[in-house]
Amino acid sequence: MHGSSQQIVHHHAPPTGFIRKYVFSLDHKVIGEQYYALALVAVYIGLVLSWIMRIHLAWPNAAIPGLQFLSKTGAPGGLLTPEYYLQLMTMHGTIMVFFVLTTAPFAGFGNYFLPIQVGAEDMPFPHINMMSFWVTFVAFCVAVAAFFVPQGPPLSGWTAYAPLSALGAVAGPGQGTGQVLWAVSIGIFCIGQLLGSLNFISTTLDMRCKGMSLMRLPITVWAWFITSCIGLTAFAVLMPACILLILDHIAGTSFFIPSGLVVNDQLQPHAGGSTLLWQHLFWFFGHPEVYIAIVPAMGVVSHVLITSMRRPLLSHRVIIYSMIAIGFLSYMVYGHHMFLSGMNPFSSIAFSFPTLAITVPATIIVLIWIGSLYGSKLRINTASLFALGFISMFVSGGISGFFLAQPSIDIMLHATYFVVGHFHLVMAVAALFGIFAGTYFWFGKVTGRMMNETLGKIHFWVTFVGAYCIFMPFHYLGMAGNVRRYQAFVDDFMGPLMPVHKFITIAALITGAAQLVFLYNLIHSRFWGKPAPQNPWEGTSLEWTIPSPPPFDNFGGKIPVVYHDPYQYGIEASTGDFVMQDSPESINSVRDES
Amino acid sequence: MAKLFAVTIIVIAIASAIPIVMHIWEPPADISVHGKMIDEQMSETMVEAGICFLVAQLVLGFFIWRYSNRPKTEKIKSFPGGARGLVAAAVVVVGLEVMALGAFGTRAWAAIYFTPPSPNALPVQVQAGQFAFYFRYPGPDGKFGPLHPELINEGTENFFGLDTTHDADSKDDIVTAELAVPVNRDIHLLMHSKDVGHSFFVRELRIQQDFVPGLDLSVHFTPTKIGRYEILCTQLCGLGHYNMKAYLEVMSQDDFDKWLEQQAALQ
Amino acid sequence: MATTVQPPEIKSPYAPGRPSGQDDGWGGIPPCTGDRVSLDDSSPASRTGVWVGLAAITMTFAAFTSAMVIRQGASNDWRHFSLPRLLFLDTLVLVASSIVLEIARKRFAAFDRGLQARRSVPLLWMSSVLVLGLVFLAGQYAAWMQLRAQGLYLATNPSSSFFYLFTGLHGLHIVGGLAGLTLVIWRLSKRVPTLRLSTVSTVSYYWHFMDLLWIYLLLLLWMRV
Repeated sequence: MHGSSQQIVHHHAPPTGFIRKYVFSLDHKVIGEQYYALALVAVYIGLVLSWIMRIHLAWPNAAIPGLQFLSKTGAPGGLLTPEYYLQLMTMHGTIMVFFVLTTAPFAGFGNYFLPIQVGAEDMPFPHINMMSFWVTFVAFCVAVAAFFVPQGPPLSGWTAYAPLSALGAVAGPGQGTGQVLWAVSIGIFCIGQLLGSLNFISTTLDMRCKGMSLMRLPITVWAWFITSCIGLTAFAVLMPACILLILDHIAGTSFFIPSGLVVNDQLQPHAGGSTLLWQHLFWFFGHPEVYIAIVPAMGVVSHVLITSMRRPLLSHRVIIYSMIAIGFLSYMVYGHHMFLSGMNPFSSIAFSFPTLAITVPATIIVLIWIGSLYGSKLRINTASLFALGFISMFVSGGISGFFLAQPSIDIMLHATYFVVGHFHLVMAVAALFGIFAGTYFWFGKVTGRMMNETLGKIHFWVTFVGAYCIFMPFHYLGMAGNVRRYQAFVDDFMGPLMPVHKFITIAALITGAAQLVFLYNLIHSRFWGKPAPQNPWEGTSLEWTIPSPPPFDNFGGKIPVVYHDPYQYGIEASTGDFVMQDSPESINSVRDES
Repeated sequence: MAKLFAVTIIVIAIASAIPIVMHIWEPPADISVHGKMIDEQMSETMVEAGICFLVAQLVLGFFIWRYSNRPKTEKIKSFPGGARGLVAAAVVVVGLEVMALGAFGTRAWAAIYFTPPSPNALPVQVQAGQFAFYFRYPGPDGKFGPLHPELINEGTENFFGLDTTHDADSKDDIVTAELAVPVNRDIHLLMHSKDVGHSFFVRELRIQQDFVPGLDLSVHFTPTKIGRYEILCTQLCGLGHYNMKAYLEVMSQDDFDKWLEQQAALQ
Repeated sequence: MATTVQPPEIKSPYAPGRPSGQDDGWGGIPPCTGDRVSLDDSSPASRTGVWVGLAAITMTFAAFTSAMVIRQGASNDWRHFSLPRLLFLDTLVLVASSIVLEIARKRFAAFDRGLQARRSVPLLWMSSVLVLGLVFLAGQYAAWMQLRAQGLYLATNPSSSFFYLFTGLHGLHIVGGLAGLTLVIWRLSKRVPTLRLSTVSTVSYYWHFMDLLWIYLLLLLWMRV
């Protein structure tokens, strides 16, 4: 008789064999590490692409030795052609946004720590979880393949506006096979993300251990949960857009291409499509996407900050509600990428108000962070330095967004380096700082060895100062009229700005070198770092109750019971100035949640 | 190290503000009617953003300085007013400021987009294509002849695809590579794209507008100063995007009439 | 100064020992009573999972719907055509399959609880659903052939483009549902059945949703194509 109403705790045997343990693993921890490794490879590819771009912009006539081996036609003798600059720029953006910023903070850290922090042995659908990584990996391979087809990768930017992206090879080099590969890669990527969101949401709602109410979840869990909800709807819209784009390329349809277009003196056969349709579909995904990139970083930064300040934030609930508000508002603002796009000017005004409104929850979060520093006992280490650096970067980048949110000001700043400065500060720097903070914080737990603090601090200092040297001047360039996505600056007024570009390039190369210090630290510490204690930072959440590294089933068969809110710091307890979530010890001065 | 970090944040914040305060990179001279409103909006925003930026970074730096390396026995204190005060500050101070600025900013936008072109505006058609702008004036009959995309031929310089043999209205149309306009007159720019997306940006005019293939868009402006100004393409359109530009020549009405006659003779 | 370790003071309602059924105000989300049930009859995780998946599928088809509406309004080259009558018949097949699936699910639940001795009963009903699903797909294919005979291909006209797009994507998701049904049948027909009721529930939710989605698509196409 098949009785299914028993209450079974789902114990599984430890995996055996190399393939099961490290390749096709069902363990959320291994999957998280795989995502992180993928992001690591992707970020260094993206970084090298950015170096090539920056060198070319500062010294347009300089050949970059070795580049001709990547593309004989794109960079003969190492000298970038105009189209190859745009092609590298497109892949830089694509790889960074999708395979680094969506992967590492969300799929990487989230897969590893979400089940542990809610007190679960694993996610409820391990096979789907494994599939989500390998689907993402396939997407990455398809994207990289675009470098190696005859005409190279697409040149339409990571935003791939139609009809440039839809017309095919006639519109420019790389716009044929390269663009199709791009669309296929991103379409596959969407599926991987949807599969991941499935597990994240189910784990957060249904796999919490006894005593772990929703408000007792660490902020990181809330951040991953909110991100997966956003991702669910956002990626489900990008995939249709990619499918329609692919059909326009290979099936002769005209979803995005209107009639009467003439390219190279040839009338194009398409008719009736809507150019703006692509922009609406893309940005409906694209704006929530940037919050998918930043919200997990906000979660990690909050988590690291609290542990480093030795006190909880001024209000746990307010941070969570603010993150939810940001997620909710993120769907109403996408038109701010389209103020000048030819859509109804009333729509531009309409979109600008929620865009301005989203300032409020973001400001609340920043003020709570800064306000929580007051009266705290801040501990400085590499992780907390990156967390604090995040606040500085997020303030800078967020404030430049305030300019762009107003259509009348956007007239002067749209498509200039001001925009590039804004999104690099919030995404490339702030979100990346969140990834770094999480890495230095959790490396010991994951690998059983601590990262080297001295190298970490060198990495931090060069990156912090370097990032400001690179991206703050972008804003000035934008205000001076420097247009973006230009491979060279031939405008009359650009002469006096060239020294700024040279300064930026040098800063970029130095800051880039510091990332190699990080890579060395990662690899060296993995094998020869100091052995990590179970709770090196005196943290309270459940990941610090298990060994470093954790056993395959996280809690060694003993599912924890939670008695406390997640951040009981600044109190008097037998363990010091903190008490762990699963400790039955009662607390003298319990902090009230406001 | 905490104190060094605090000092670094503060130094970077002040250093970032210096180029702005010293007006090192300013927008160019305004040659439009509505530009003053945009410039004022920009200044207002800069002042408020600048204050928020400096206050946030300075307080962050100060708190890092003050609250690191505390003695072990010291108790944790909370910010006066707690979360409630900060939420109120964010909603009331920042929220209202931000919304107010947004509301005021609609004036400049309305001046460009919600006011119709004046009845005696000069209509000029502009076509953006990979990788050049071309302009068409209606000629003495005041009418634009129909466009036939299938007739476009760069080789014979039939950029717009005009059929001057069969279309009477096209016979006197004047096609140029420069946008010349008379000063202090409303110009009604009729925009369409030949192939992919482009954009029209003249900084001095405080105008930027995308060309959308398949859509006939328009924008109108009144140039107020004689001179020669760059027109830039600001939407990624292909490999020649960086080099796609033209010139706006604002001249006196007399000079403009002479120029137009010369151009007509060259057709 | 350390406090002594005492039995936990109940500072919040969520300490263990409280009766289950207390939740924290998020009505419907299972309380964290520590019942680590996994994937059984009332398994919340698989239910959550399927709803999350259906939400994603809904958004995808919503995006395509708005693409169609915008495309239709973008230009006047939309040529209407009449849907093959076969599609309406096919709809009945799909609806029937949902009804049969519900019967199959109830029969399996009875078998699972020991009230029904023979597993051949639910097995037969399940297989019927599979057959009906295949008939549905065959009907879709036949409808496509009918359109081709009229000269309506994928790129012929935006109306035919969207027709093939919607029916093709729906058909793909039906194939996914058929895979789930096959898994159910396989697990049930093993010498020792390993089929859980939660799996049957998950597959059922998915299949019924595909049914509803089809009705929505049919109406959409009938009105607009």
